[in-house]
Amino acid sequence: MSNPEVAIPRATDVKTRIIKPGFWWRFPTYFVAALVILPLSVIVLSWLTPEPEIWAHLLDTQLARLLKNTAVLMVGVGVVVAVIGVALAWLVAACEFPGRKWLDWGLMLPLAIPPYVLAFVFLGLLDYAGPINTWLRETVGLARGIGDVRTAPGVIVVMSLVLYPYVYMLARSAFVGQGRELMDAARSLGASPARAFFKVALPMARPAIAAGMALALMETLADFGAVSVFNFDTFTTAIYKSWFGFFSLPAAAQLASLLLLFVLLGVWAEQQARSRGRNQSRRAQYDRYRLTGVKAFAATGFCALIFLIAFAIPIGQLVVWTLGHLNDIDSRYWGFVKNSLVLAVLAAVTSVFLALLVGYGRRQSPVNGLSFWMRIASLGYALPGSVLAVGILLVFTLLENNLLAPVKNWLGLNQILVGSLAALILAYVIRFFSVAVGPVQSSLDMIRPSYQEVAQTLGVGKFQILRQVYLPLLRPGLLTAALLVLVDTLKEMPATLILRPFGWDTLAVRVFEMTAEGQWQRAALPAVTLVLVSIIPVVMMIRRSNRD
Amino acid sequence: MNYPTRIMLHLRLKKSLKVTAAVLLSALLGACANEPEDESVITVYTARNEHLIKPLFDRYTEETGVKIRYITDSAGPLLARLKAEGEGTPADLFVTVDAGYLWQASNEGVLQPIESQTLTTNIPESYRSSENDWVGLSLRARTIIYSTDRVDPASLSTYEALADEDWNGRLCLRTSKKVYNQSLVATMIKTLGEEETESLVAGWVNNLATSPFSNDNKAMEAVVAGLCDATVVNTYYFGRMKKENPDLPLAIFWPNQQDRGVHVNVSGAGVTKHAKNPEGAKAFLEWLSEPEAQYLFAESNQEYPVNPSVEASEEVKSWGDFKADSVNVEAAGRLQADAIRLMDRVGYQ
Repeated sequence: MSNPEVAIPRATDVKTRIIKPGFWWRFPTYFVAALVILPLSVIVLSWLTPEPEIWAHLLDTQLARLLKNTAVLMVGVGVVVAVIGVALAWLVAACEFPGRKWLDWGLMLPLAIPPYVLAFVFLGLLDYAGPINTWLRETVGLARGIGDVRTAPGVIVVMSLVLYPYVYMLARSAFVGQGRELMDAARSLGASPARAFFKVALPMARPAIAAGMALALMETLADFGAVSVFNFDTFTTAIYKSWFGFFSLPAAAQLASLLLLFVLLGVWAEQQARSRGRNQSRRAQYDRYRLTGVKAFAATGFCALIFLIAFAIPIGQLVVWTLGHLNDIDSRYWGFVKNSLVLAVLAAVTSVFLALLVGYGRRQSPVNGLSFWMRIASLGYALPGSVLAVGILLVFTLLENNLLAPVKNWLGLNQILVGSLAALILAYVIRFFSVAVGPVQSSLDMIRPSYQEVAQTLGVGKFQILRQVYLPLLRPGLLTAALLVLVDTLKEMPATLILRPFGWDTLAVRVFEMTAEGQWQRAALPAVTLVLVSIIPVVMMIRRSNRD
Repeated sequence: MNYPTRIMLHLRLKKSLKVTAAVLLSALLGACANEPEDESVITVYTARNEHLIKPLFDRYTEETGVKIRYITDSAGPLLARLKAEGEGTPADLFVTVDAGYLWQASNEGVLQPIESQTLTTNIPESYRSSENDWVGLSLRARTIIYSTDRVDPASLSTYEALADEDWNGRLCLRTSKKVYNQSLVATMIKTLGEEETESLVAGWVNNLATSPFSNDNKAMEAVVAGLCDATVVNTYYFGRMKKENPDLPLAIFWPNQQDRGVHVNVSGAGVTKHAKNPEGAKAFLEWLSEPEAQYLFAESNQEYPVNPSVEASEEVKSWGDFKADSVNVEAAGRLQADAIRLMDRVGYQ
């Protein structure tokens, strides 16, 4: 390159003559970023309406405690999901032990359980009046049973059990992708198995682990449902208190915009971890370490234990509760299932389509700042659902009353956007784009640029390359992305509630109807149905990932 | 295709373009787009659960042929949506499960006054807005529930007495974040003043056996399990638990019978300012205030009818008569923020 005798046209010369190659491909990113920025800017603009009284009150009485609780929760969940997720992923990916094949996909299933559902099941089982504590007190004779679970450790356990699958899933495919050769090389150089794992396998999987943790932590930060079941006050509590208690949407939005700052920090940290990691290519087969004796027993036991407490027992409890309210099942139930699925599929297809355009666009148009906009486009995931939902609602009504007013009048309608199916799908896309973009991006990263260069030298256009070269190679990543969005949409509650068209009640809406008045046990029927429906995409995702 | 046919087609296309566009858009944008402007549809935004209100919708449709479409959500988001939609809102009626949000909706100007002799006759003044823009439809008493194993009802007297020293470590409460507790404290501020209320709420917090619960059921379960001896809940939660398990060692106590009476909240509704069918909504409200609907509305959730001429269900009557606090429930909305600040100050979580 540095050889002065070779005449290479300088970039600036080229720029003066033609539009940069791939110029148009940056626009999908801008488009999605704009979609997300609109509601976010409504939230940030709330600072134009100062609420000094509410702020003074919150600072005096609340914020210190809430920030401490939030910090404890984030650190706790971060550590626990990383440890459980990585340990399970390594066992399942690299070791062979009895029951591995079953546990491999069984351990993904907790992803189908919404955090608020696991929270109320756990509290039902473990609080003072619950069966376990009652038994401990009355039969075993422990005066206070296992003690109060409505504490930081209790919340951390519940959040970690629903969120570890993100880390598990991503770390597992990273480990499988590494193949065993590098571990063997390290071992042959004299490293102990543990040292080889920590020095070779783990660092190589760091981007995947960081991506999983980022999703888990963003969801923790935005969670309101699970923490409110435990009456554990976090930063989101202050948001809801400002809104529902002090009737101040601006104060709530101001607090939410602070939450965004935290998220930006987290996103930046994840970016750092990702860029320091290395990409790997795919391996077909992993020659697993065969565990025997105590080791095999311990591996099976550990994986089975997590499966039991994160999935089997909660589902069992839900089913028991459901049996008490079977007469709630009526013909409308199929409608709820159908609505849930239709919305989820539409949201998944749209999100993945946009994620693909954005990811591919970034490859075609390597300009500075594009990845920044892509990060912005991913921020929707980390806001409390209701706050984002109201932000979206405000933007849609603004559009409708100004930009779209002529269309509205021409058609003689009062509303064309709010309360429409399109608006709800857009809201899902804004919220779950980051979920889709992760897997799409990482499978894009595995495609060598040379494939494209070859295709280009053969004179194939960009769209055709996307269709004929990229799509076949990307299919697994796209499917994973679609299924993740599908599951998340099925579980989504606040945006569905406020933006759904008339008659579009879903299973999550049913759960809301019951829990709103504290009828947890009656909520079991829609909850268990929701979990069962969500299992379908989760199982599809696993079967797919086992095939490649 | 010959030339005239093409022109014909072109003209017809042009003529039907608007229709086609409308159809396409409504298909794309969902069912809601075809606004029913006619008299026979009422649109409701309801924070009252579907299973507690849909039976009444169905009954009304059956009797009058008027269709009712609705969405459910919490009152906060629904109110935010009403405000954002402004004139374009499809909603005719806004239904909530507490007085605070009705007051707030009125305060934010999204409701309109309704002049109705029927409503003023059927609904007592303390359960109506002073601006005539909303009415209560059922009453929900928030009272003391105690353990029949460990508490002598003679030792109970008032909400205030639960702050006394002899209740130390024996009280369970639901979280202060629930609007029902905010309304209770707000009405106490109204009658007792801020200072006295603050010291007595501090007394409650001091007497707690465990950190506050996220719902009334959990608080009652803790009383049954022996973690504490009494709690404060809405009566229908008690009714529901008793229905499932009649032998529970729990009983109702009606406090403050010598002075202001038991705290009562309302589930109620108001006609929206930009209602497309205000007459229909008003007629529906009037129908809801009449004896037949009143009984059903209250009975579906074991609440008390707001219309004094209607008796509560047998089950509810078996809990005994009580004197209700006569303070206008509007106070719950007006003083809600003060109540929250007060509870935050004394560390009631």
